[in-house]
Amino acid sequence: MKNGQIPCRKAFTEKLLELARHDRDIIALTSDARGSVTLEQFAKELPGQFVEVGIAEQNSVGIGAGLAACGKKPFVCGPACFLSARSLEQVKVDVAYSNLNVKLIAVSGGVSYGPLGSTHHAVHDLAVMRAIPNMTIVLPCDVHQTRKLTEALVDFEGPVYVRMGRGPVPDVYPENDVPFAIGKANVLLDGKDVAIIAAGETVRPALDAGLILQQHGIKARVIDMHTIKPLDREAVLRAACDTGSLITVEEHSVHGGLGAAVAELVTQNYPVRMRILGIPDEPAVTGEPAEVFKYYQLTGEDIAAAAVAMLDV
Amino acid sequence: MADLKMLAQKAVQTRIAILKLIYQAKGGHIGGALSCTDILVSLYYSVMRIDPENPGWADRDRFILSKGHSVEALYAILADLGFFSQSELESYRGFHSRLLGHPTNKVPGIEVNTGALGHGLSVGVGMALSGKMDGRDYKVYVLMGDGELAEGSVWEAAMAGSHYKLDNLIGIVDRNRLQIGGCTEDVMALEDLKAKWQAFGWEVLEGDGHDFASLLGMLGRIPVVPGKPHVIIANTIKGKGISFMENQAGWHHRVPNAHEYAEALRELELKMGAV
Repeated sequence: MKNGQIPCRKAFTEKLLELARHDRDIIALTSDARGSVTLEQFAKELPGQFVEVGIAEQNSVGIGAGLAACGKKPFVCGPACFLSARSLEQVKVDVAYSNLNVKLIAVSGGVSYGPLGSTHHAVHDLAVMRAIPNMTIVLPCDVHQTRKLTEALVDFEGPVYVRMGRGPVPDVYPENDVPFAIGKANVLLDGKDVAIIAAGETVRPALDAGLILQQHGIKARVIDMHTIKPLDREAVLRAACDTGSLITVEEHSVHGGLGAAVAELVTQNYPVRMRILGIPDEPAVTGEPAEVFKYYQLTGEDIAAAAVAMLDV
Repeated sequence: MADLKMLAQKAVQTRIAILKLIYQAKGGHIGGALSCTDILVSLYYSVMRIDPENPGWADRDRFILSKGHSVEALYAILADLGFFSQSELESYRGFHSRLLGHPTNKVPGIEVNTGALGHGLSVGVGMALSGKMDGRDYKVYVLMGDGELAEGSVWEAAMAGSHYKLDNLIGIVDRNRLQIGGCTEDVMALEDLKAKWQAFGWEVLEGDGHDFASLLGMLGRIPVVPGKPHVIIANTIKGKGISFMENQAGWHHRVPNAHEYAEALRELELKMGAV
């Protein structure tokens, strides 16, 4: 990681502010999370496009829906743990069922708040959002992709749940080469021995695993599945067909997230052997995110080892 | 002021339509639909700035039926005003019908989907905020049930409404004092309801929710206090207009049998003749 690297949430708010200066319909809402989302500068510079609702996540989503119904482009921002749980019915009904153009920006997702315990972990969010019709789900993996995503969100009509982490993350993409389209997976490394599919903060470890495997003569295909819903079916099925061995990696429960989405698709279309790496069905262990990743074997070395074990079968 | 006789006729006509919808579909929430009928008639035939030919008009007044289960009253009125055809009412609650048991924005004239209680006021806050941001002078009306006010999210929205000084936001409480489980004061006491809204920074008006002069008087005076959101506590009778349903919690969502239907229809038709 480069010195002075900013977190994705900061890259998002900087880009959103830049876009909002020229588009007065862009509205940022938050539930007393301007600090954790890094919206202070936005609030200071564009107070007329900033809505603070206090510690009231349900209200933030409902107000966002009302703004969208009148043609605004609301970005409702808050910690993933609360946005995806406390306000879930507002997300389901006011946003998704009414099919309104609300962007839900869930920061500090997964185990970003590792030491704070399960109240602050969000390892259920992808499962619940996936089961809601009309919802699109995107997880950016680095600051460059986050900026591209933010631009795309302004032009994208409809509900989107975006989940990003809290701390700075190492780059996956070079600054000037970030292919990005919602719903279109990126192949970061090509290979036909095994495919590793990841999203968000597990993309970098997945890529590291691919590079480690290369040293052992194993050619892994590493796929950045930034859009979990709608899933890039073609990319998944091509990977299943080309490699016959899939590993998914996510900072989420092994139930209902990326692994489940991939499994649902391949088991019904092109069954291949598969491993789902993620957080097991237990209150996640507490500690710094890197420690939690290590504990649940989500590092590059762990993923590479899982691939080797799978291919040895 | 609108023709009170015309409103009285529209009210009976709406109640007949509600009765027919629910009897024919063998389902619906008749008690609450009848209690809010006069409120809806006041809004749609006299107060609100709307254009059935142009339901997406940017400067229209907005209405949110937060107590979405009273949708039969809304469908009857929207069809009468021409937002969609009268004949479509026959599809109410039918397979794949867009006239389902709660409002959705697939129906012309309906702004947002409701049916889960306690959501409408937050959405109304967002619409009112948008109006302020754009310098538009439309008003936003949100009709809530009284039992609905036990939802905490209502009070989150109430705080935001006064914080943002939304004098273009008007809450209306259909205060019929009954909910599915019985009297509101037994299930979860709401009183002192006026003091609660006042404590949240709202200007409170209270009156007879079945008296058109009272309703139009209150709605016409708003904003009484510029810079404050307003709420009307409309005292109503659940099941209003059909004597044997009035003030009976059991008629929250009971469907009349053939005998009850005939009796109710006769009573309403007599009322129509007397208007």
